Amino acid sequence: MRELPWPARVYFVALVGTAGLVIARGLLVHQGLVAEDWSALLVLALLFLLCESVPTLLNVPHVAVSVSFSAALAAVVLVGPEGAALVGLAAVVSVRPGLPMVKRLFNGAQYALCGYAAGWAYESAGGRADLPEPADFPGILVPYAAATVVFVAVNFALTAVILRLASAVHKDQVSLRAMVQFLSSYVGFATFGLLIAALWSTVQSISALLVLLPLFVARWALGHYHAEQRAYDATIAALCQAVETKDYYTRGHCTRVSAASSMIAEEIGMGTERLRAIRYAGMLHDVGKLGVPTKVLQKDGRLTEEEYAAIQLHPMRGLEIVRGIDFLDEAFAGIMHHHERHDGKGYPMGLAGSEIPEFARIIAVADAFDSMTSDRSYRKAKSIEFAVAELRKNAGTQFAPDMVCAFVKALDRYGWDLAQPVPVPPDDSAVETTVKDHDDPTTPIQVVSER
Amino acid sequence: MRERRLTARPVGLDSGQLLLICAAGMLTVAGIAHTAAEGLTDPRVAIGFGVLIAAGELARLTMPGNREVAPISTAASLGYALLLDVGGRPAQHSALQVVAVMSVGMIAGGLPHLAVGRPPRLDALARRLLAGSLLAFAYRPLTGPLGELARDTADRHGNWWPALGVMAVLVTVMLAADVVIAAMHRAGQVRTAFGVAVRDEIRMAAPLGAAVGASGILLALASHSMDMTALPAFAAPLLVTQVAFRKYAGIRATYLQTVRALSRVTEVGGYVEPGHSRRVSQLSVAIGRELGMAEPQLLELEYAALMHDIGQLSLRDPIPGGATVLADPAQARRIAELGAEVIRKTGVLHGVAEIVRRQCDTLGESPPMASRVIKAANAYDDLVSGSTDRDRAAAALERLRLDGGSAYDPGVVEAMTRVVDRLVLVTRL
Repeated sequence: MRELPWPARVYFVALVGTAGLVIARGLLVHQGLVAEDWSALLVLALLFLLCESVPTLLNVPHVAVSVSFSAALAAVVLVGPEGAALVGLAAVVSVRPGLPMVKRLFNGAQYALCGYAAGWAYESAGGRADLPEPADFPGILVPYAAATVVFVAVNFALTAVILRLASAVHKDQVSLRAMVQFLSSYVGFATFGLLIAALWSTVQSISALLVLLPLFVARWALGHYHAEQRAYDATIAALCQAVETKDYYTRGHCTRVSAASSMIAEEIGMGTERLRAIRYAGMLHDVGKLGVPTKVLQKDGRLTEEEYAAIQLHPMRGLEIVRGIDFLDEAFAGIMHHHERHDGKGYPMGLAGSEIPEFARIIAVADAFDSMTSDRSYRKAKSIEFAVAELRKNAGTQFAPDMVCAFVKALDRYGWDLAQPVPVPPDDSAVETTVKDHDDPTTPIQVVSER
Repeated sequence: MRERRLTARPVGLDSGQLLLICAAGMLTVAGIAHTAAEGLTDPRVAIGFGVLIAAGELARLTMPGNREVAPISTAASLGYALLLDVGGRPAQHSALQVVAVMSVGMIAGGLPHLAVGRPPRLDALARRLLAGSLLAFAYRPLTGPLGELARDTADRHGNWWPALGVMAVLVTVMLAADVVIAAMHRAGQVRTAFGVAVRDEIRMAAPLGAAVGASGILLALASHSMDMTALPAFAAPLLVTQVAFRKYAGIRATYLQTVRALSRVTEVGGYVEPGHSRRVSQLSVAIGRELGMAEPQLLELEYAALMHDIGQLSLRDPIPGGATVLADPAQARRIAELGAEVIRKTGVLHGVAEIVRRQCDTLGESPPMASRVIKAANAYDDLVSGSTDRDRAAAALERLRLDGGSAYDPGVVEAMTRVVDRLVLVTRL
């Protein structure tokens, strides 16, 4: 409390006071709560508490919406504004260890006001606070929608004000996608509330169980999904690193290319699904390198055309390996064509300009950048400035200019975690070093012309 | 060629499945004929539920282990079978009409899939239909008395508790029957023991079954007070469940595909013979099943078998031919250690890492069962290297059996003999 600035403190006291007044007035003046209402309120308040205590039932990024909202709205229909306010008040005693009293009071007061306002809206729009009868449907949808909108609006406004007052931080711009997700989850939760209220006339409190059981199962499945997703990311990274252990100097290359590729992709505004795909494409782009004989990579001096052909084959080898992974789809093209050049002199197909798949253009830039900014056996790492200048110089010949541009912008905004300097490997160790890096645009591979 | 035979599921349907599909087909015909003759009772409700069932079929998904499910369709079928009244008017449709609505909905929802070349799994479809029909035949005769109790005018809102109790019991019985049918089918299909199959099916079906059952009851009850508004409203909680399960099933499938794909880097790098990891993993899983392992263990076994050679990536030069059974034991152990190290870096697959690390242990060191399986399967594949020759297979098995006392677990070699015999039999046919 003390650490809050004074406007926030005034706001807080006003909010709690108003909530107290509203509830007291509702209870004293109306005296409309009969025994049946109290038992319903008790169950709904318990439900509210249960849901409030597990706030991230559905993972919507940025906003923690909880199903507690449904319980408050069910109370609006079953008991009326005072009931909804009381159910909201239950947030004060939610089971979230470590939550300070100030926040508890704020949440309780805030939800009580939201509930009361929603109840008022419900009755103003012609709703009747009682057990819904079959004849009420579908007419009840109008006042119910009004209650939902008012609840969300009041909730949003009260929270936004305290956030602004307390921290004076501007919230990040919430993207349209997040907003849509946010609103649709509110609509979903509102539906649950209506279901609970509608079922109350048949099986009372069991209705909450029937509505929430599928949701808890969904939560369980989502939890498993997130765990599997994390495991998957870790596994794919570990396997790619295992492929890299072959070459002492390129360790960590795949993770960094993956990071740089997603920076570019984000900068040019790719959607979530494609972002995910390019993250994996960047990670997997060089798995085919294992097919290049070590002696070719370790050979000093010029390569014969045959040896160079072996290097040129590695994108195809990579594709061959990952082809069995269904969801990658667009990433396949990225892996296969990541050594094409803008001027058409690349490999394996010699595509040029816009013929090169977007993923491949992105990975090409990320790949070359990381190669230049990390140590190699034949040179030290170059600076970021040098690498950017090199990318700019080769934009239009080797690299797609728009991707270079996007990458430079993203670098300015987010910076770059440089590859760790690699200590010179001890002579007696079994590590392998190569004297060629096919990704390095500053030292192109020399090929002996046989013609 | 051999590889293909190992993976391919039996293309033809076995007798149990045929029986299932025939029963479902006959029910469909009977239901539709009866309804056509008697006329549709309460067509508005029937069409509403039929549309919901069709939508649910359209959104069907495949769970891990290649199990096709359609939660929304199943829940809507349950709801229609359990319906007591709609907006206060008693629902008087017969069980055969439930069957007819279900079959028409399922066929309609399956057509778009068929049009884009994804035929439904007939056995899964038949199971869904049969489960719903069983429930309808058991419950519809009871609707009279239960409905009267529920609409009892003495009480303001009637007494719904008997109806709820009967619904809950019947749905539970139905889900149990479905699990048993599924387990029988699975035991026949992938040759696993029936008891293990039942446990696997329960583990897979319990969460989704609970959600579907609760939603079905919810739908039947909500139709009383909400009339037809119940149909779209009910879909909301189940839609959330469906989305969550789709994501979960998706990542599980991707995970397996990715490990399978990346296990091939050892082949591309010339460390092992082409197809080695794949063959060892398939043989290992078959042996694991023969030994009665449950699905989670089988998954660990498969991952470990796919990655058992990953430690070779840390070697300077590939072992000629990659035949680790012929490599010297110290080096084989080092490969195992290095491989386990790689897998441990994932931070999640600890069980898999342990299996890989102990794949060279002798019996005296009592390694985990999965490690013994991989050791034997690996040795077998090194000796036979993908050949389908029967004599060569027999010779390899003989050699493993002679070593059996110390190096290989005799039980594992026994199980492998049975698996290989079966494969040879298939080859000969």
